[in-house]
Parts: sequence; C-alpha cells; structure tokens
Amino acid sequence: MKETPFTAKHIAAGAKMAEFAGYNMPISYTGINDEHAAVRNNAGVFDVSHMGEFIFKGENALELIQRVTTNDASKLTAGKIQYSCLTNENGGIVDDLLVYCIEENNLHAGKAGVYMLVVNAANIEKDWDWIEFQNTNGAEMHNISDRTGLLAIQGPNASKILQPLTDMDILNLRYYTFVKGKFAGVDNVIVSATGYTGAGGLEIYFEDKDGNADKIWDAIFKEGTPKGLKLIGLGARDTLRLEMGYCLYGNDIDDFSTPLEAGLGWITKFTKNFTASEYLQKQKAAGPDKKLVGFEMIDRGIPRHDYRIKDAEGNLIGRVTSGTQSPTLGRAIGMGYVSTAFSPIDSEIFIEVRDKLLKAKVSKLPFVQQKQ
Amino acid sequence: MDFPKELRYTKDHEWVRLEGDIATIGITEFAQSELGDIVYVEIETAGQHLGAEAVFGTVEAVKTVSDLFLPVTGTITEVNPELNNQPELVNSDPYGEGWMIKVKVDNPADIENLLTSDAYAAQVGS
Repeated sequence: MKETPFTAKHIAAGAKMAEFAGYNMPISYTGINDEHAAVRNNAGVFDVSHMGEFIFKGENALELIQRVTTNDASKLTAGKIQYSCLTNENGGIVDDLLVYCIEENNLHAGKAGVYMLVVNAANIEKDWDWIEFQNTNGAEMHNISDRTGLLAIQGPNASKILQPLTDMDILNLRYYTFVKGKFAGVDNVIVSATGYTGAGGLEIYFEDKDGNADKIWDAIFKEGTPKGLKLIGLGARDTLRLEMGYCLYGNDIDDFSTPLEAGLGWITKFTKNFTASEYLQKQKAAGPDKKLVGFEMIDRGIPRHDYRIKDAEGNLIGRVTSGTQSPTLGRAIGMGYVSTAFSPIDSEIFIEVRDKLLKAKVSKLPFVQQKQ
Repeated sequence: MDFPKELRYTKDHEWVRLEGDIATIGITEFAQSELGDIVYVEIETAGQHLGAEAVFGTVEAVKTVSDLFLPVTGTITEVNPELNNQPELVNSDPYGEGWMIKVKVDNPADIENLLTSDAYAAQVGS
C-alpha cells in the first residue's frame, strides 16, 4: 500500500485505517457522526494527499485541456478554478476534476498558460494515459502526484483558524479561487477556497520535500487544536459530500454515465468541441433516458450502493449509487439513477432493501444548505 | 476491550447471557467498535422460532450494514424496544442497555458450544 506524508501521524492518532485507491488512509478517528459534526459546526482536517495533480504548460496546454474536458477552461484567469469532467469517446465520465489556472494563457502577449488538474486518486493512471493519448499537439505534461501533499481544512471556522499562518489574505478568498505563496513558513503553497463538504474552508497544496509536510501539519494543529480543530477521516468525508449531493467517482459517476445524466450539464459547455461533445449535444437535445437524483427515505431503512429502485408496481426503474443516514438531518438519504419520468422533485420511488420495497421521494439537492 | 466472563460469544460477534432457558443476546464491544456509529437496528423476527445461525435482524452503521445471527436455536420472545429510537445504545452500552433480543432457547445446554470470554478475546486478538 502507498502512504501519504501523514500516514504515520494518522496511525499515531489512533485512526481506523483502510486501503483506499491503493493508499493506506484514515477512515475515522473518533467516529463518523462526531467528525461530521465537527466539520459542519467548526473545522476539521482531512489528509487527501492521495489525490492526483498534473501540471500542463506550453502554448498548447489550454488547447489540450479544452479538447479533453467538458467545461470551458478559456474562461479561467490566473487564480481561478473550475470543476470539470474528462469524457471518453462514448460520452462517459473518465473522471471528474478541478482545473486550476496558475498562469493565464495569452498567446498574443507571448505568454503560454500554466494549469493544474486535480484528479481522483483511483484514476491517476487512467486519466494520464487518456490525456497523453490525445496530446497530439505537444503540450508539456507533468505528473506531480507523488510529490504533492494536500490537506483540506473544512468548516465554517477553517479559514479563520488558518489565517494567522500566512500573510496572504485567505479569510476573504472567494469560492473556487486560490492564492499561492508562503504558508506556515513553506514557499509555493497553494491555498484554495474549495472542498468536498459544503461546509466552507480551504484546501492546501504543497511540495512534499524538506520536511514541508511536518511544518504545515504542526503549524495547523498548533493554531487549531486550542480552537477545536479535529482530524477527520474518509468516512465523514463521504457523509459530508453526500449531504451536498456531490458526486463520488466510482459510485455516482463512472465510464458509463454521461455528465448530462449525472446532472453535470452546468459544467458541459458546447461553446467548444471536446471528446464526445457531438454525442452529448444530441443527448441533450433528445433528453437523457436516466438521471441522477437525490432522494430521502419515507419508510424506515437505509439505502446503499447498488440497491434496486422500483416504481409502485415493482418495475425496475434504476439503482442507488450512494446512500447513508445523514448525520445532520438524522434521516436516511441517497442518490441514484432513475428513468427520467421519475426524476422530478417529489416523485414517489421505492428502494428495495432486503427484499422489501421501502417508500422514498425524489428531493432537491443539496440535502443540507451550503455554507460558502 | 471488555468481554465479560459470565457471557458466551459467537465467532460472528454476538454475546449471550443465559438465565434459566431465556437467553439475552446482543453484539460485542468489538463488533460495535468495528461498525462505528450505529443508526438503525432492524429486527422483525419477534415471535419466530429460528435455528442457530439464522439471521434474526440487521444492524446498520453509517457506512455499513451487517446481519445479526442467532447464537442458539429458540423462539424470539422480545426485542429491545429502546433501540427503535436510540440505536446508539448498542455503541454506548453493548452488554447492558444495548441488548437486542431475548430468546426462549430449545436446549439450554447448546450454550456450551459457544465461545468463552477468553476464546472470543483470542479470536479478535485482544
């Protein structure tokens, strides 16, 4: 199993550890509900160093990103971030990712853009190979995943806790923007107003060398521990993201679901051509046959990945992709694909739980209001 | 971890307390700790006569769902009513308020086939 720069610290803190995407990762420390509440109400630290980072440079970097991803990266100026998808030739989602514009592309002024793509850990190789295969115009590509550390500090008080560690203004950083500079005495740190919890907060990228990981970790906890900052595992990361209706790659989206089916039409821009854009444009015009929806249980029971979704007559209409008891709401929630006829809000659907059909209703996402 | 000496255990992490021919059954300290926050205990087998190792219910934690196995053959006479609204009692007091069912056992001697506290502790490595 691979380790992050912080694996030994998680074990020393008594975390329940498990393999995730080839890495030995912390699942929980004090319990999922407790960690979940800490993030919603105050602040918590997630080690997400397993995520992948690619740097694209050169005069064809933007052209390549535009061709392989669904969102319009030409809109990005330096310091801005975009959520996007990589698609395959059938319009399926190879991965969902973030595109960071580190230096703006302005070829008239003789300046080539520099971009960072942040991808899911389990997809690093698949994404790299697929982009490289399409890199026919010679954009410069660097995979910096193994030497990049990433901590997410999330929660309504996260930015306030971290502000004393840098001269950069991170307290007023706008959502989906970032700054780069000295943080906790370490140079070239990216501090980004992003996250996977809907609770507000920051993500911190740094180069894993010369003891940077220890410096940043120690500074964050020296500042944060007196203010109730807690360690959070991947278990609570999943319940937090599900309350927001954020997709988890491999559960809610995969190579066989399209961005339009997954409710990601808002990051699918037909102002440019990209892999399978023609097919997706046709799918948009015709309307997809199935859609990813959020639902709340009415009958008592908890939906889980792969449970069947049926209509009142017992006909199969879809499958659950994610489900849990929502720690914030105290009710069972889930997401899943259903035939488009059942996708409107308040549609009555039934989840098959251990041979019983339990009533649920399609509900608006997010389940919990976003704070950012 | 605490595995009281007066109880018997199964390899599936249930415990049994036998008083006369009535067995009280729950899940162990180890099981609740592995499951994490328990959010729902579903037992719909009250009144049923089931064989040893039959599934008598399920326990849902935030992330996982596990079947509950009956340690000894008998009739389920009672389900802990408190678990309906407070499933977290299984986490906080697995051998006390977090008990799950009472069973009138067919043959009280069956309990001798279950693990002792020491044998169970050895199995879970603590």
